[in-house]
Amino acid sequence: MSDTTAAPGAASIPGDVSAARNRATTARRFRPSGSAIVMGLYLLFLMLPIYWLINMSLKTNTEILGSFSLWPRDLTFQNYETILTDASWYMGYVNSLIYVLMNTVISLAVALPAAYAFSRYSFVGDKHLFFWLLTNRMAPPAVFALPFFQLYSSVGLFDTHIAVALAHCLFNVPLAVWILEGFMRGVPKEIDETAYIDGYSFGRFFVRIFMPLISSGIGVAAFFCFMFSWVELLLSRTLTSVDAKPIAATMTRTVGAAGIDWGVLAAAGVLTIIPGALVIYFVRNYIAKGFALGRV
Amino acid sequence: MNKTVNQKAWFLVLPVLILVAFSAVIPLMTVVNYSVQDTFGNNVFFWNGIMWFEDMLNSERMWNALGRQVVFSSIILAIEVPLGVFVALNMPKKGFWASFCLVVMSLPLLIPWNVVGTIWQIFGRVDIGLLGYTLDALGIDYNYTQGFYAAWTTVIVMDVWHWTSLVALLAYAGLQSIPDAYYQAAKIDQASRWAVFRYIELPKMMGVLMIAILLRFMDSFMIYTEPFVVTGGGPGNATTFLSIDLVKMALGQFDLGPAAAFSLMYFLVILAISWVFYTVMVNLDKREGR
Repeated sequence: MSDTTAAPGAASIPGDVSAARNRATTARRFRPSGSAIVMGLYLLFLMLPIYWLINMSLKTNTEILGSFSLWPRDLTFQNYETILTDASWYMGYVNSLIYVLMNTVISLAVALPAAYAFSRYSFVGDKHLFFWLLTNRMAPPAVFALPFFQLYSSVGLFDTHIAVALAHCLFNVPLAVWILEGFMRGVPKEIDETAYIDGYSFGRFFVRIFMPLISSGIGVAAFFCFMFSWVELLLSRTLTSVDAKPIAATMTRTVGAAGIDWGVLAAAGVLTIIPGALVIYFVRNYIAKGFALGRV
Repeated sequence: MNKTVNQKAWFLVLPVLILVAFSAVIPLMTVVNYSVQDTFGNNVFFWNGIMWFEDMLNSERMWNALGRQVVFSSIILAIEVPLGVFVALNMPKKGFWASFCLVVMSLPLLIPWNVVGTIWQIFGRVDIGLLGYTLDALGIDYNYTQGFYAAWTTVIVMDVWHWTSLVALLAYAGLQSIPDAYYQAAKIDQASRWAVFRYIELPKMMGVLMIAILLRFMDSFMIYTEPFVVTGGGPGNATTFLSIDLVKMALGQFDLGPAAAFSLMYFLVILAISWVFYTVMVNLDKREGR
């Protein structure tokens, strides 16, 4: 921690240590600027490569290769048109979205009761089971690529959306259980007991009373399931060939005999960022809360 | 919370168990199966004992890949964790800008990994990429497909770009959960900025930081797509990490036996280290009385 950051960092903390009240008010105008500079630089570092991608997606290939410019001189939406009018391109997005949504639904459906069991009851082998579940989050996809291919081929699921959705359950289910368990632990047990005394059956209690109580937890878990299924490529590429081919794999098409079609590649990349950006926007207030529970 | 003993809870866990067992145990057993057998083709396999394991333990290739992997993971942990904490300390606490920072910072996390690779592949190119072009204009010899250091730098900067936000978001969440009373107490004690960080913020962040380190360690140890897209493991073998080497062996050369033995040992290494992290984490949780 360098000197320059010590002061600005303190400014944003309530009950700052050093300053008397009047000094604090005069200083407030200047002090946060240190933090702002740090954040500005960091966000700039994050945005620059993305900006460059967007910039390239709006250029023609001749302009990309012919001259170097910081913004598109010859603005064109041709690259996006290519993608949005060609079924073999946009079906990649549809396929990706289908298996991501399937995976999110399956993961949550099985993780909810399991997380409830882990948070409320102790039973033989619960701790071992919990760690075993987590180990699957740690399994390198590269290890599983080939066996998955053989397994899903032999049960006739190869190149279907459900195959990818099931394969992604390998790391998303443990994650969902982990997150949900954290949220469920925060709900007092008395609520369960009262509901049972009032004559609720387990199923009705769970759906009517318990799930609304942890709705933000379900949101956070859904967000992370979506995220990790959306960004994964190795397994989804291995398990599909044509019918369920994800967009990430479709992108390799741009490498043709005539070299790489940079403009279309960039446009496809930009389009893969959009669903993620939308999801983040909707859950932005929950993310911090989900992280706060220390569960990712 | 004290839990009731209830063996029927197993029924609630059963769906997860079946699903994950289907996706994990069967493939894992396939790997184990391959690791102890050899073939002359035609799908005829015979028992081979632990020969593949011995082979792999003696193979320089695996040790080199492991070495590179350890160096890579250590470097990115050493950069991302302090940087992430530093960024978290500087983030606005509430209001529009806090949301804005959260959204922008989460953005790299939600980009498909091969697109991350593509972004940096383009960004670093000397002819069409901003970074490559700028460095070239400054007279720095930068070519990530040929230069050893350029390739490593690119892969590391890319990972920092991709994942520092995760550490920062976790640390930020940890900071948010500190009650004001702590800062007020520090103020009364006239604690310095450093003391506030060292004795209030850091201990309170420890739990989430451990998770950040655990996640970053696991994920960096399994990294495949991003470096593969950018450098393809090159120049030479300079950025061939464990997963890249493994996929090359299993799917490229179809050396199933050695690849399977390699996989198992790879998995065990991750498991062992993760177990240590996990135990530390659980103990931290207990100490905080959560």
